[in-house]
Amino acid sequence: MKREQIGLSLGLRLLAILLALLFTVMVLLLSGAPPLEAFRQIVLGAFGSYKRFTDVLVSWVPLLLVSSGLLITFTAGVGDIGIEGQITLGAIATTWALRLLQDSTLPPALSLLLATLAGMLGGAIWALLAGALKTFGGVNEIFGGLGLNFVATALTLWLIFGPWKRPGIGSMSGTEPFPQALWLPVLPGLRLSLWALVPGLLAWGMVFLLLSNTYFGLRLKAVGKNLRAAYLLGVPTWQHMMLAFLLCGALGGLAGSFQVTAVYHRLIPAISSGYGYLGLLVAMLVNFQTLWVAPVAFFFAALNLGSIQLPIVLKLDSSLSGVIQGVLVLFVLLLDGVRRRMERG
Amino acid sequence: MKVELRHIHKHFGPVHANNDITLSIPAGTIQGLLGENGAGKSTLMKILSGFLRADSGEILLDDRRVIIRSPADAIRHGIGMLHQDPLDFPPLRVIDNFLLGQQAKGIFLQRNQALEAFQRLAQQYDFSLDPFAYVENLTVGERQQLEILRLLWLGVRVLILDEPTTGISAAQKQKLFATLRRLAEEGRTVIFVSHKLEEVEELCHRVAVLRAGRLVGEMHPPYDTRKLVEMMFGREIQAAPRASFAASIPVLRLQQMTLEDVRLRMTAVDLDVHAGETIGLAGMEGSGQDLFLRACAGLVRPVAGRVLVGEQDLTGKAYHAYKRAGVEFLPAARLEEGLVPGLTLSEHFLLVSERQGFFLQRAYAQRLAEEQIALYNIKGRPHSPVESLSGGNQQRALLALLRQPLSLLLLEHPTRGLDVESSIYIWSLLKERCRQGTAILFISSDLEEILQYSDRVLVFFSGKVSPPLEASALSVEELGGLIGGKGWEKFGVQRES
Repeated sequence: MKREQIGLSLGLRLLAILLALLFTVMVLLLSGAPPLEAFRQIVLGAFGSYKRFTDVLVSWVPLLLVSSGLLITFTAGVGDIGIEGQITLGAIATTWALRLLQDSTLPPALSLLLATLAGMLGGAIWALLAGALKTFGGVNEIFGGLGLNFVATALTLWLIFGPWKRPGIGSMSGTEPFPQALWLPVLPGLRLSLWALVPGLLAWGMVFLLLSNTYFGLRLKAVGKNLRAAYLLGVPTWQHMMLAFLLCGALGGLAGSFQVTAVYHRLIPAISSGYGYLGLLVAMLVNFQTLWVAPVAFFFAALNLGSIQLPIVLKLDSSLSGVIQGVLVLFVLLLDGVRRRMERG
Repeated sequence: MKVELRHIHKHFGPVHANNDITLSIPAGTIQGLLGENGAGKSTLMKILSGFLRADSGEILLDDRRVIIRSPADAIRHGIGMLHQDPLDFPPLRVIDNFLLGQQAKGIFLQRNQALEAFQRLAQQYDFSLDPFAYVENLTVGERQQLEILRLLWLGVRVLILDEPTTGISAAQKQKLFATLRRLAEEGRTVIFVSHKLEEVEELCHRVAVLRAGRLVGEMHPPYDTRKLVEMMFGREIQAAPRASFAASIPVLRLQQMTLEDVRLRMTAVDLDVHAGETIGLAGMEGSGQDLFLRACAGLVRPVAGRVLVGEQDLTGKAYHAYKRAGVEFLPAARLEEGLVPGLTLSEHFLLVSERQGFFLQRAYAQRLAEEQIALYNIKGRPHSPVESLSGGNQQRALLALLRQPLSLLLLEHPTRGLDVESSIYIWSLLKERCRQGTAILFISSDLEEILQYSDRVLVFFSGKVSPPLEASALSVEELGGLIGGKGWEKFGVQRES
C-alpha cells in the first residue's frame, strides 16, 4: 500500500468514528439527554476507578477470544454466525464437567482445567456441526449458525429448568452456584481473574501468528479468497474450512467456559451475554487486521461497562452502548465502500 | 450512426492506457480494432460503452457531443457492447435475459410482447434460439446471439464486440460475420475488437491498430498482413519450428472410459498417452472435450471404465490423488479457477512449495519468487497481487506454479486471449516440459494452434471422439470439417454413441 492510500484509509476511519459520535449525539438530543454528560458518564463508568477498569478487562477477555476466533473463519471466507451457540455450549460443557467433578476427590485446579478443556471441546463440536452443515450439507453458514444458536439457547433453558434445576424450583437466576474452590481465583477485591486474562491474550497472539506467519494461515487465506483455485493448487480445502470452524468454536467455547468459572460460577440463561454478536462486530470492524482486535475489543468492552452507569445517573437505557457500537461498524463499512469507489476512480 | 472519439486519455495509476486517441468511424461500417494484449483496445471500448470514464477527451455521435455516464446511458445513446465473457444470467431463461435492461413499463413483465419481438428478431437474423431454454445450457455462441438480439431490441445503433470469436464454433462464427455485415448494411456501426488478423481482414471495412495506448495506424483493404503485424508488435514474429518429444512410455491409459453430463454421453473411449507427446483436443465448445480433459484429472468421475496414471489405477479418485501421481490441470479461467486474487505472486509460490513447515519463510519465498519470475519472464514483482498482472503474465505465473517434474499436464485453452508473442513464449515453455518427458493434453479452439503444436489430435463432435489422428497428416480444412461433423464415416461405426 502506498503512503497516500494509508493516509486516506486512516482519515476515513477517523471520519467514521466522528460520524458515529455525531449520530449518537443526535440520538441523545432526540431523547432529551445532555450528550456531553452522557459521554462523561460512560468514560467515568469505564475508567472512573481502578475497580471499574478491571471490570472492563473482565468483559474484554471473552470479546478478545471470540473476535480472534472469528478472524480465523473470516479468513477462510465464512462468517461463523453460530459463535453465540458455541459460547453457550462451552459454558454448558464446563458446567457439566464441574457438576461431575465437584464431588470427586480431584484437586480443584485439575477439575477446573478439565472443565475448561471440556468447554473448548463443547464449543468446537458445536462449530463443527455448523461447519459440516456448510461443507457437506450445502447449508449456508448464516442459516446453520443461527439455527444452532436457537438450539443452544433452548438447551440452556431446558437444563436450567429441568435436569440441572436448583433444589426446589428452577429459576431464571440459573443453576446452583459452584463451591468457591471451583471458582477461578480473582485479584483481591476485584472480579478480574488473571487465569482468564492471560489465556485470552495468549489466544489473540497465537491467532495473529497463525494467520500472518504460518503455512496454515496462508492456505486458509487462499481458501477464503478463491476456494476453487485453492483446490486446484493442491490445498485440501474442506479440511481447512472445518479446521477454521473447529478453532473458532474452541475459542468461543473457552470464552463460555470462563463465563462460568470466572464470572457467574454457574450456568445462567443468558450465559453468552451477546459476546458472540459483539465479537462479529469487532471482527468486521478490524477487517482482517488481527492486531487491531485487542484495542477494538477493549473499546467495545469499555463502552459496555461505561453505559451501565447511564440508567442510574441519567435515566437513560444502557443499550446506548449498543447504538454506538452498531453505528460505528456501519459507518466504518460504509466509508470502506466509499474508499473502494474512490480508488477505482 | 457516426462515432467520433477525440483526444481520449485514460490513466490507471502509472499506466497510460489510452494516450490521445482520435478515431472517426462513419455510419454503416465495420471498424476493426487490432492490438496485442494491453494495447488499450478494451479500455477504449469500455469508455465508449460507459463502463469507464475517460480522463479527458470527447465523444461525438452524429456530430453531437455526448457524455456517457454509465452502460445504461450508453444504451440510451444507442451504443451497446458485447463482452468477451457474456454478461448474462445463466440461471434465467433466454426470454427473461432478453427482457432485462428494457425500460420498465409498469410493474409487470410484458412477456408476451417480448416473446413476439424476440421471435421476430430471431427470425430476421436467422438465429434458432429456444426462448424458454435456460441460458446455462446454451453454448457461448448461442449466448452471444441472445445478447445481440437483446441489444438490437434495445435499439442499439453502434455495436461493439470484444473478441467475439473466442470460444465459438466455425459455423457460429460464419453466422456472426453474416449478421454483422447485415447490420452494417442497415446503417449500423460495428466495432470489432480482436487480435486475430485473419478475421479482421475477412470482415472489416477498415482497421485501426493500437499499441501501448496509442493509435499507431489505420488501414483500408486490401490489407497488408505484414504491415499490420509490424504495427501491432513493432516487429515481425516467427513461430518456433515443430518439435516432437514423444517416447513410448505410457503415462496415462484410458480403458473403455464412459463419461456423462447433462448434455452428452461419451462411450467407451480407449487412449494411451505417451511420455513427452502433445495431444490436441479439438471440437466446438461443449462437444465433450472439456469433460474428457477434466476426467483425465479426476475432476469428473467416469461412469464406467478405468483411468490409469502410470501403473496406478486412479479411477474414481479425487484430483489430489492425481496430483500426487504427477498430473496437473490448468483451467482456462485464470482468475476464477487458477489463481487466488488477493494473494501475491510470492504467496502463490509458497502455497505450492513442497518445503512447507509450520511457519512461513518470507526470505525463502522472496528468493523463490524472484527465481521463478526471471525464469518464466513474468512482468510482475514478488509482492504483486496476481490480479494486477496482465492475462499473459497470469498464464506464465500459472505455468511457473506447476511442479517439476510432471508426468501429465492438462491444459484448457493455454493461450486464449493472449497475443501472438505471449503464445509462442508459453508454448516454448510447454515444449521444454515435453522434452523432459511430460505428456500434454490441451484444448484449443484455434485450429492452427492444434496443428502446430500437437503430435496427435483427438476430435470431439457431440460426444463422439475420433481415433487419435497424426497432426502432420491433417490440414486445417480437414480438421475444420471433422469439428463440424463432416468426414466421420471413415472412422467406422464403433465409436458412434
